[in-house]
Amino acid sequence: MTPVQHLAFLETGMHRTASEAGFSAPEVDYAAVSPMLVIFGAALLAVLVEAFVPRRFRYAVQVPLTLLSLAGAFGAVVWYSTTGDHLQTAGSMVSDPTGGGVSTLEGAVVIDSVSLFLQGTLLLLAFLSVLIMSERNLDSGGSFTPAASAVPGSPGEEQALRAGFCQSEIYPLLLFTVGGMLLFPAAADLLTMFIALEVLSLPLYLMCGLARRRRLLSQEASLKYFLLGAFSSAFFLYGAALLYGYAGTVRLSGIATAITVPTTDAQLGRDWLMLTGIALVAVGLLFKIGAAPFHSWTPDVYQGAPTPVTGFMAAATKVAAFGALLRVLYVAFSGARWDWEPALWGVAILTMVVGSVIAIVQTDVKRMLAYSSIAHAGFLLTGLLAVDVSGLRSVLFYLVAYGFTTIGAFALVTLVRDSGEEGQIGGEATHLSQWAGLGRRSPLLAATFTLFLLSFAGIPLTSGFSGKFAVFAAAVSHGAWVLALIGVLASLVAAFFYVRVIVLMYFSEPTSGGTAVVAPGAATVFAVVVAAAVTVVLGVAPSLLLDLTRDAVFLP
Amino acid sequence: MPWLTTIGALPLVGAAAVWLLPSRSARPARVTALVASLITLLATLAMAYRFDTDTAGTHQFTEQHRWIAEFGVNYAVGIDGLGLVMIVLSALLVPICLLAGWNQVEGSSARHYFGLILVLETFMIGVFAARDLFLFYVLFEAMLIPVYFLIGLFGGAQRRYAAVKFLLYSLLGGLVMLVAVIYLYVEGPGGPDGFLISELTGLEFSSELTGRLLFCAFFFAFAIKAPMWPVHTWLPDAAAQAPPGVAVLLVGVLDKVGTFGMLTLCLPLFPEASRWATPVVLALAVVSVLYGGLLAIGQVDLLRMIAYTSVSHFGFIVIGVFAMTSSAQSGAALYMLNHGFSTGALFLVAGMLIARRGSARIADYGGLQRSTPLLAGTFLLAGLSSLALPGLSSFISEFLVLVGTYGRYPGVAVVAAGGMVLAALYILLTYQRMFTGPVKDFASGWRDMNLREGLVMAPLIAVIVALGFFPKPVLDVLNPVADRTLQQVSMTDPAPTAAGEESTTEGTQP
Repeated sequence: MTPVQHLAFLETGMHRTASEAGFSAPEVDYAAVSPMLVIFGAALLAVLVEAFVPRRFRYAVQVPLTLLSLAGAFGAVVWYSTTGDHLQTAGSMVSDPTGGGVSTLEGAVVIDSVSLFLQGTLLLLAFLSVLIMSERNLDSGGSFTPAASAVPGSPGEEQALRAGFCQSEIYPLLLFTVGGMLLFPAAADLLTMFIALEVLSLPLYLMCGLARRRRLLSQEASLKYFLLGAFSSAFFLYGAALLYGYAGTVRLSGIATAITVPTTDAQLGRDWLMLTGIALVAVGLLFKIGAAPFHSWTPDVYQGAPTPVTGFMAAATKVAAFGALLRVLYVAFSGARWDWEPALWGVAILTMVVGSVIAIVQTDVKRMLAYSSIAHAGFLLTGLLAVDVSGLRSVLFYLVAYGFTTIGAFALVTLVRDSGEEGQIGGEATHLSQWAGLGRRSPLLAATFTLFLLSFAGIPLTSGFSGKFAVFAAAVSHGAWVLALIGVLASLVAAFFYVRVIVLMYFSEPTSGGTAVVAPGAATVFAVVVAAAVTVVLGVAPSLLLDLTRDAVFLP
Repeated sequence: MPWLTTIGALPLVGAAAVWLLPSRSARPARVTALVASLITLLATLAMAYRFDTDTAGTHQFTEQHRWIAEFGVNYAVGIDGLGLVMIVLSALLVPICLLAGWNQVEGSSARHYFGLILVLETFMIGVFAARDLFLFYVLFEAMLIPVYFLIGLFGGAQRRYAAVKFLLYSLLGGLVMLVAVIYLYVEGPGGPDGFLISELTGLEFSSELTGRLLFCAFFFAFAIKAPMWPVHTWLPDAAAQAPPGVAVLLVGVLDKVGTFGMLTLCLPLFPEASRWATPVVLALAVVSVLYGGLLAIGQVDLLRMIAYTSVSHFGFIVIGVFAMTSSAQSGAALYMLNHGFSTGALFLVAGMLIARRGSARIADYGGLQRSTPLLAGTFLLAGLSSLALPGLSSFISEFLVLVGTYGRYPGVAVVAAGGMVLAALYILLTYQRMFTGPVKDFASGWRDMNLREGLVMAPLIAVIVALGFFPKPVLDVLNPVADRTLQQVSMTDPAPTAAGEESTTEGTQP
C-alpha cells in the first residue's frame, strides 16, 4: 500500500462511522465541557490582551484574567460534579449507572468521575502555579525573560532588560497548556488524546525556554524537551495508527471490544498489530510521566526551565499524563493486561530504582527533585498495576498528594538566591552546598521545605505516606507484594537523599555568605501555605480526599 | 473520660506552648516543658491508680473512632498491664530527662530541644497504647523524626553521621514491616475495621509460608529497634552522640518498642511462625547477650560502653519473650521497665561526668570516688542494678527470665547466664578505672552533684531500690499479660521441676 493509498484508506475508515449514522452535527453537552471552554476562551482572550493592551498594563490584566478563568473553570467542575446526576439524563449519552458522567462530542470526550477529579486537581495546581509565576518581589520584572526571542547576551536582550520590560506571554501559554491537560485525561479516542497531548505540550516547550537567568540552559532545556517530546508524540501517533489498523476505530471503547472479542479478519491472528500499537502508545505516555527508560529528558528540563514552570510541569503534567495513561490502560487495553503487565512491571521497577539511586549523586536541588519525580512516577505505576478500582483510587490520591507537595517545594527553591558581595540578589542558588545552614538563617523556609521532603520520603502523618500506603496497599492486595517490597526499598534509598538535604539545612554550618533568602510576595506565601496545609491535612486525615475518589469509575 | 487520648495530648499541648512562647530565651521554654511533662506524669499516675489490676490481661481505657475508613483504619487505643507499665515508664523518664538536659541548650534553640522531647513523649505514649496496627505503624515511624532532629541538632561531634544512620536503619526495618502490615490487612477480614489488632489476632493464613514471611518482616523491624545483633550497630553511634537526656529516652523507652512489639504483636499475630522461629531467635538473642557484654568490656568511650550493655540486656529480654513460659515473659516485661531505670541512671550520671570533664573517654577519668563521692555512688548503684545485684530491681527480672527459660531451654539459660558474669566485669572494671585510685588534678575544682542533678537521680535510685525489694505490684500487672500471650501462642508452662518451684518468687504465683 502506498502512502497515498494508505491515507485514503484511513480517511474512508474514519468517515465510515459518521456516514453510517447519517451526517448530523455532533451533540455537545456544553455543561460537561464548560471547564475546558472557559479555559480555552480565556486563553484566546489572553492572546488578544497580549496584542492590544499596552505593555505596562498587561501584567495587571493577565494575572487576574488567568486566575479568574482557572477559578471559574474549577467552579464549573465543582458545579458539574455536584449536579452531575441531573445532567446525566440530559446528556442522553451512554452512561454507566455506577460512575455517572457523560460522553459527549460524538463520544470523543468523556466527562466521568475520573475526568472531573483530575480536572479539578489540575485547575487547583495551575492556580497555585500562577500565583507563584506572578511573583515579582524576587526579580524586578518577574521570573521570566523580558525578550524571549532575543539571543542570550545580545544587545537586544540587554535593551529589554534595561527597559525593565515584563513579559506576560507566559499566561496565555499556561492557559493553553491547562486546556490541553483538561482534555488529555478526558479524551475518549486516541486522536482526541493526541490533539490534547500536543495542545498541552507545545506551550510547555516554550514556557521552559523563558527563564530570566541562565537563559542558555533554559533554551537548551526547551529544545531538548521539544525534540524528545516530538519523538514521543510520533510514537504515540504511530501506535494509534496501528491500533486503528487492528480495531478499525480510534475510540477507546471500540479498541477494548476489539481486543476482548476479536471478530474481523483484521483482528484474528493479528495480535502483533495490537501489541505493537499498545507498546507504542504506552511509550508516548510513559515519556510524559517521566518513567524510565524514557526519563532522560526530566533532569535537564527540570533544571533548565524557570523554577515556577518546573513546579507546574512536575505536578500538572504528571497528573494529566497519568490520567491519560490510566484511561488508555484501564479502558482500552484492559483486555490485553496479561500482555502488557509484565512489561509495565519492568518499567515500574526500573523507574523506582533509577529515580532513587541516581538522585543520590545529584548536587543540584532541581535535578534532585527531578530524579525524585521519576521515582514517584515509579510508585504511581505500582498503584496503577493493580488494574482495578483500588489501583485507580490510589493513583488519583497519590497524584493530588504529590502535586501539591511538588509545587510547594519548587516554590521554595525560587526563594533561595545567590547573593553578591554587596548583598545584591542574583539567580537561584540551586547547588546543594549553598543550602547549608539554611535552618539557622531562615527557619521557616527550612521547616517548610523539610515538611515537603519528609512527605516525598513518605514519613507518616504527611500526605506522601498516605499516598504511598494507598498505592502499595493496592499493589499488595493484587498479589504484587514483590513490587511493593521493591517500592519500599526504593523509598529507603530516596529517604537517604531527602534526609541529606535536611542534614545540610539543619546540621551543617552555614557557608560564608553567597546565599540569601528573599522574602516573597503574598501570592507565593499563600501558595506555599496551601501546599503545606494540603501536605499535612492529607497526611492526618486522608479520608477527606479518599471520599472523593470513592465513586471513581471510568466511563467506557 | 478518654484517659489515653488526654495523656497523649498533654505533651503535645506543652510542645505547642513551648514553640509559641513569645520569649526567645531558654528559661520559659524549660519551665513550660517541665510543667507539661509533670502534668502528664500526674495524669498517668491517676490513670494507673484507676487501672483494674484484676483484669490486667485485658485492654482497658479503650477508645475507638473511625479514622480512615477507606484504608480500614481506626483510632483505637487501650492498654493492658504491659502498656500501662511502659506508659508510666515514659511519663516518668521524660521529666527526669528534661531536668537532666536543663542547661544542655541555651538561647532560642532551647525551644526546639524541649519541644521535640515533648512531641516524642506523645508518640511514645501513643505507640504503647495503639490497638490498631496502622496507628501503631504510623507512630512507630513518626517517632523517628523528633529523635533524628534531637540527635542531629544537639548531639556530639559525629551527630550528623549518627542521626542519619539511626534514621536509615529504623526506616529500613519500618518499611519492610509496612509491606507486611499491608499484607496482613489483605489476609485479614478487611473492611473499615480491618487494621484493629483484635481483628488480626488468630488469623488463619492462606499458607504457612505467608505467616512465616510476615513474622520475619515484623521481627526484622523490631530486632532493629530493640536492637539485636547483628542489626545493632546504629545504637552505639546514636547513643554516644545523642545528648544524655535523649540517649535515656532512646535506649530506655524507644528501643523497648522493639521488644514490646515482639511480645504484643509478633507472638499473638503469628503464633505458629513464632514457635517456628524460636530456635533462631533465641540463638540471636544469646549472641546479643554475649556479644554486647564482650564489646562493652572493650569500649573506650563511656557512652558506647553503656550502649553495648543495653545490647546485652535486650538479648535477655528477647530470650525471655521467646522462651514462652509465663515467668520468663513476666520477667522480660519487668526487665523492660527495670532496664529503663538502671540504664537511664547510668546514662545520666555519665552525662553529668562528661559535662564536667568534657570527654567521654573512660581513660580520661580516675580517682573520682574521693572528689565526687555522690556521683561515684550513684554510678555504682546504677551499675550494680545493671549487673543484676540482688536487692536492686534488675535482679528480679533477670532471674525470672533465666529461671523461666531454664524450664524449657536449659542450654540457652546456661549460656545466657554467662552474660551476668560479663555484666559484672564491664560495670566493675569501668568503675575501677573511673572512680578508684588517686585523685587526679583535673577533678580538683569539681563540685559534687548539685541540687538539680540530685533531683534527677533521686527518683531513679528510689525506683531501682523499691522495685528490687518489692516488685509485686508491677508483677501483678504484668503476669496476666504473660499468661494471655502464652495462651495466644498456645503454649503452656513446662511441668515445674522442684528447683523451679522453689525459686519462683511470690509475685509470679497466680
